[in-house]
Amino acid sequence: MAMTRTPVRRVLDYAVLSVLAFVFALPALYLFLGSLKPSDEVLNGLSGFLPTRLSFDNYAAVLDSLNSDSTGYFWQFMGVSVLLSFVVVTGGLIVNSMAAYGLTRLKWRGRNAVFTLVLLLMLIPFESVAVPLFYMYNGQRNTLYIQALPFVANAFAIYQFHTFFKKIPPSIEEAARLDGAGPWRTFFAIIVPMSRPVFASVAILTFLIQWGSFLWPVLMVSDPSVRPLPLEMSVFQGQQPPDWGQILAFGVLLVLPVLVVFAFFQRWFVQGVASSAVKG
Amino acid sequence: MKTVEPAHTAAPGRAQAASSAPPAKPSRRPRGNRDLLHGLLMSAPAVGGLIAFVGIPFGYAVVLSFYNVRLGSPLEPAFFGVEHYRRLFTDPDLSGPFLRALLNNLTFAAVVVPLQTGLALALAILLNRKLKAIGLFRSFFFMPVVFPMALVAVIWRLILARSEQGMLNSALDVVSFGNWGAFDWLGDGLTAMGSIIVLSVWQGVGFQMVILLAGLQQIPGELYEASQLDRASRWQQFRHVTLPSIRGTLVFVAMLTSVLSFRVFDQVYILIRGGGLDEDATRTVMYQAVTTAFDQNNIGQASAVTVVFFLIVVALTIVQRRVVRPDNED
Repeated sequence: MAMTRTPVRRVLDYAVLSVLAFVFALPALYLFLGSLKPSDEVLNGLSGFLPTRLSFDNYAAVLDSLNSDSTGYFWQFMGVSVLLSFVVVTGGLIVNSMAAYGLTRLKWRGRNAVFTLVLLLMLIPFESVAVPLFYMYNGQRNTLYIQALPFVANAFAIYQFHTFFKKIPPSIEEAARLDGAGPWRTFFAIIVPMSRPVFASVAILTFLIQWGSFLWPVLMVSDPSVRPLPLEMSVFQGQQPPDWGQILAFGVLLVLPVLVVFAFFQRWFVQGVASSAVKG
Repeated sequence: MKTVEPAHTAAPGRAQAASSAPPAKPSRRPRGNRDLLHGLLMSAPAVGGLIAFVGIPFGYAVVLSFYNVRLGSPLEPAFFGVEHYRRLFTDPDLSGPFLRALLNNLTFAAVVVPLQTGLALALAILLNRKLKAIGLFRSFFFMPVVFPMALVAVIWRLILARSEQGMLNSALDVVSFGNWGAFDWLGDGLTAMGSIIVLSVWQGVGFQMVILLAGLQQIPGELYEASQLDRASRWQQFRHVTLPSIRGTLVFVAMLTSVLSFRVFDQVYILIRGGGLDEDATRTVMYQAVTTAFDQNNIGQASAVTVVFFLIVVALTIVQRRVVRPDNED
C-alpha cells in the first residue's frame, strides 16, 4: 500500500509482525528444540521448553538404527521416499508437459474432446478413487511401483502446463517448422527450455504433495522395507512407550528436504501457487 | 472451464507457404488435422495414465457400491442394489458413525472456511507492505505448509498432551496462576474437533495467504492514492477498495478451502490411531471410507462412502465455478 509511513508506524509494524511470527513459529520451534533434548525432557511443560543442554544424541540414534520394532533403518525409509518422489516428479514432468503440448499447440481432430476429458478428470480427487484402486491393485501391495504409478499422470499439472503453453506466440513454432523441426524436436529443443518457470513450479508442487503423501501408503504398504517416511512417522509415534526425542529428530529429518527445496526455490513455488489460483 | 482456442486462429504463416490458392475453407480441414499422429502419441502416456488410475477406478467405485464385495472373501460378489446406500443412511448400526462423520466434516468446514480465510486475509494485508525483510516474514507464515501432515499431527499431539506437562496445559497453568491442571484436549469429545481445527489451520493458512497476497498485489496503487485524497479512513479503504478488488480471489480461496476441508484424513487417522484422539468426535468421511475398506474389508460399503464423498466435492466445485466465473470475466 502506498501510504506514507512514519518511523513510529514502521516500528509498530515490525513489532506486530514479529510477535505474530513468533507465535506462529512456536510449534516448529518446539519440534527443533525437542529433537535436541533427552527424551524424558520433551514433555516437560513450559519451563522445560528451552533445553538445558543441546545434544545430537537423538539424531545419532535415529540415523544409526531406529529405536522401533519396525525393523527398518532410517536411510531405508528415506531412500523409499526419495525414489518415489523422483519417479513421480520427473516422470510427471515429462508425460504431463508432453500431453499439454500435444493438446494445446498441435492441431488434430479430437484434441478438444481429449482436453475436456482431462478437465473432467481433474474434478475427481484422489480420495474418491483410493478405495477402488486399493481393491484393483491389492495383489501389488508392498511394491514400490504401485506407490508411484498412480501419481505420475496428473490432470492439474497438464492444466498448469496448458495455461503456460497457450501464451507462447505461434511464430516460434512456425520458425522451427520452417527449419524442418518436427513437433517432437520443436517441443524438446525449443518449448521446454523456454518454459522453465512452469516446469519449476509444477515440479515443486508435485514434490511437496508426494513427499507428504499418506493416504495411499496407509492402504498399500505394510512391509517396512518399502515404507515411505510419513507412514513410518505415524508408526513410530504410535509405539509404546514413545521415545519423544527420537520421534522429533525423525520429524526434523522428514521435513528437512522440503524445507531446503522451499528455501532455494521459494520464488517459483509461491509464483506457481499464486498464479494458478488467481488466474484459474 | 477453460477451452482451447479454435483451430483456425493458428498457422497464418503456413498459408503462404502452402500454395497460391486463396484462403479457402476446404484447405483448412486437412491442415487442422495435420498433427493427429504426434498429438495422439504425445498425449497418450498422461491421458492413458489418467484413464487407468482415475477414470476407470472412479467408474469402478460406482459399480462396486452396488455390489456386496469383500476383500478376501471366498463368496462371489453379489448384486446389492442400493442396499449399501440405504444402510449408510438408515441402518442403525452403520448410519450412526457415517452420519456422524458427515456432521464432523460439515462442522470442520463451517469453522475452518471462515476462520482460515479470514486469518489468511489478515496476514496477507499485514504482509503486503514495503518493509525491509518482509520476505522473511512471509516465509515464516508460509513455512508450515511444507510440513507433512503426519509430522504436524505429532507436533500438536505433544503440544496438546493431556498431562500437566503438556505445553498448552502448562502454559495455561502459568497464566491462571496454577489453577489449571491436566486436560485431555484430544481425548475430550468437546475439544477434540477444536484441536484438529487448530492444527489444520496452522498448517494450511499460509497457502491461502500466498494466494490472497498475489491478489492484493494486483490492486493498482492509484486506487489507494485516490481514496487517500478523499480522506478515507483505513477501514473505509479496506471496505471500499481492498475488499471489492479481491472479491474474486477471496471467493476462490473460500471455495478451495471448503473442498480441501472435506478431504481431511491424515491428521485424524494418525491421532485416532496413536494419539488418543476421540474417535467419534473427529471421524471424517474419508476416515470412514478407509476403515471400512481396510479394517472391515468391506469394499462395496467403502465404495458407497467414496461415491457420497465425491458427490459432495463435486457439488462444492460446481458452486465454486459458478461463483468465481462471472468475476473473472470482467
